[in-house]
Amino acid sequence: MNAPAVPPTTGTGPNGELRIDLRLIADMVTPKARVLDVGCGDGALLQYLARVKGVNGRGIELSMAGVRAAVRRGVSVIQGNADTDLADYPAGAFDYAILSQTLQATQHPREVLGHLLRVADRAIVSFPNFGYWKARWHLVSKGRMPVTRGLPEEWWDTPNIHYCTIKDFVVLARCMDIVIEKGVALDEDGRVNRLSATGPWANLMSAQAVFLLRRDHPPGSEPAIGGRRT
Amino acid sequence: MDAPHNQSLVVGQDRPIRLDSGIELGPVTVAFQTIGRLNEDRSNVILVCHALTGDHFMTGTNPITGKPGWWDRLVGPGRVLDTDRFFVICANVLGGCMGTTGPRDINPETGRPWGLGFPVITIGDMVKVQARLLDALGIDQVFCVIGGSMGGMQVLEWAAAYPERVFSAVPIAASYRHSAQNIAFHEVGRQAIMADPDWRGGAYHEHGVTPHRGLAVARMTAHITYLSETALHRKFGRKLQNRDSVTYGFDADFQVESYLRHQGSTFVDRFDANAYLYITRAMDYFDLATEHGGRLAYAFRDTPVRFCVISFSSDWLFPTVESRAIVQALNSVAANVSFVEVDSDKGHDAFLLEEPEFHETLRGFLAGAARHRGLPATAAGGGG
Repeated sequence: MNAPAVPPTTGTGPNGELRIDLRLIADMVTPKARVLDVGCGDGALLQYLARVKGVNGRGIELSMAGVRAAVRRGVSVIQGNADTDLADYPAGAFDYAILSQTLQATQHPREVLGHLLRVADRAIVSFPNFGYWKARWHLVSKGRMPVTRGLPEEWWDTPNIHYCTIKDFVVLARCMDIVIEKGVALDEDGRVNRLSATGPWANLMSAQAVFLLRRDHPPGSEPAIGGRRT
Repeated sequence: MDAPHNQSLVVGQDRPIRLDSGIELGPVTVAFQTIGRLNEDRSNVILVCHALTGDHFMTGTNPITGKPGWWDRLVGPGRVLDTDRFFVICANVLGGCMGTTGPRDINPETGRPWGLGFPVITIGDMVKVQARLLDALGIDQVFCVIGGSMGGMQVLEWAAAYPERVFSAVPIAASYRHSAQNIAFHEVGRQAIMADPDWRGGAYHEHGVTPHRGLAVARMTAHITYLSETALHRKFGRKLQNRDSVTYGFDADFQVESYLRHQGSTFVDRFDANAYLYITRAMDYFDLATEHGGRLAYAFRDTPVRFCVISFSSDWLFPTVESRAIVQALNSVAANVSFVEVDSDKGHDAFLLEEPEFHETLRGFLAGAARHRGLPATAAGGGG
C-alpha cells in the first residue's frame, strides 16, 4: 500500500520550538504517561513529551515523509491511518491518546473518537473551528468555502473532509457519553483566549479548540462504537 | 580503525544443540565476522543476520569473491552501523557453506560429507546457534539485531525466542511466515538442482562433481524475484547483448539473459547446492504464528523489545503487507514499534543497495534506541 503524498505537518516553529497548540496539549499530559499520538506529523510533540515529561510514546502518521522524520527523531512511529489502524491496539493500552488537528481529516470521526477512548483512558483532541467568525464571514460575504490561516487549503485541495464547529463537537461528545474534562479555545495564533470552550462565544471567536476527554462509563465496559474498518 | 576480523569458534561441544526436528547436533563450527570494539559493559553489540545466499563477510573485502562485503555500504566507521560506536557481529548461518557447519562438511560419524544426511534445519535452529555464539563471546544482550529477508526472519525469531537478550530489533523486507508464492519459487530452485544429473542424490562431493547447471538455474529464477519489473526494465529494457539484431537462435541475445546467466555462473563458484536446498527449506518452514498458537501476536506478548519494521514499496517477494501484518501484531500487544515503507523501485534487493531514505531511517532509529539504552549519542573520542 502506498501512502498518499500528503505533506506531514510540522510540529515546530522557525526556531525549533514546539508549536503553541502542541505545547498546550503537552501541558495536559501527566509525566511518565503512556501516550499514543494519532496523526503525529513529524513527531515533534512525542519527542518533546519524551524529553520533558519522560512519557512512553507511540505515533501513527499517514504521510511517509512524516514517519521518516519522526523515526529519525528517535520516536516510535508507524505509517498508518487513524481510520483503520486504531482497531489494532488493545483496550486501555495508553493513558492518553492525542488527536491533534486530525479529526477533521478522518473518514469516520465518530469511530475514531470511540477508538481513542477505547485504547486510552483519556483523549486530547484539537481541531480547527469551522464556526470561527472569519470562516462564517468568508462564507456569508463571498459565498465561497472559507480559506483562512487555520483552514488554508482550497476546497478541492484540502485533506479535511469532516469540518465541524466547536458546538458540533460538544454535541457529538454528549451523544457518545464522553465527558469533557477540560476545554481550551485558541485564537488564530494558537494563543489561549479566556472564553469558555463549551460556551457560545468561543464557537464564534475561536479559531481552534483543544479538549481533554474521558469516558463516562466504568472501566472495562466498551464504549458505543461501530468498530467499522474501511 | 579496526579492520573486520573473520574468525570461527566451536559451540555445542559439551551440550549439543537440540534442533527443531528433534535431532541433536554438535559440535558446530560457527564462522563469523566482527568489527568495532566491545565496550566495557558489553552493551554496544549489533548482531547482523544475513540473507539466504549471504555470508558473514558483511563488510571489508569478501575473501572468496574479492568483492566488497554485502553490507559494506552500511557497516563501517561513521556509517549507519557505526563501528566507531558499535561492536558488529555477523555469523554464517547453520547449514551454510562459508565456514559454519553445513551439509558440505564432514560428518564426524561417517568421515564423509554430510550431504543429505545433514539434519533439516530451521530459522529457529540458526538463531539457537547464534545464541550459543553470543554465550561463548560472553554477550548477554545485544543492543540491536538486524537483518533483511531471511535475516529479517532471524530477527523476528530472536525477538520471539530471546526477548530478554534483544534490546531492539530491525526486521527488513521480511515476513513472519514464508508465503505460498515464495515456497513455490524455492521449490522450482530445488527441483532444478535435483534434476541436474551431477547432483547424484546429494552425494556429488563424493563423486568429484557439482550440480552447477541446476544451481545456476535456481539462482537465475531466484534472482528475478529479488528485482522489480521497473528495475529490470531500467537496467536492460529489450537491449541486445553485443549484437545489432536477434540471431534467430537460443544464444543470450538479450542483455537480461546474459545478465542472468552471469548471475547463475558466478553463484555456483561460491555456493554449495545442498546448502541451498537446506537453507531454502528452513525459510519455507518458518511460520512464527503457527509456532505460537496460531496468532503472531502471541509471539510478542509483553515484549520489551523496541522494533523498527522496514519494507520497500516495490518488493513483491516480501511485500509491505507482510511487514504490516507484523506491525499489526505488535500493535495488538502495544509493543514499541516503528514502521517505515521506503519508496523504492529496486525491489527486494533494495536493502542491499544505495537507498538514502532507508539509511537515514535506520540511522535515526538506532540513534533513538541508543539514547534509550544509555549509549553515548556519538562516537567516543580518541579513536578507541
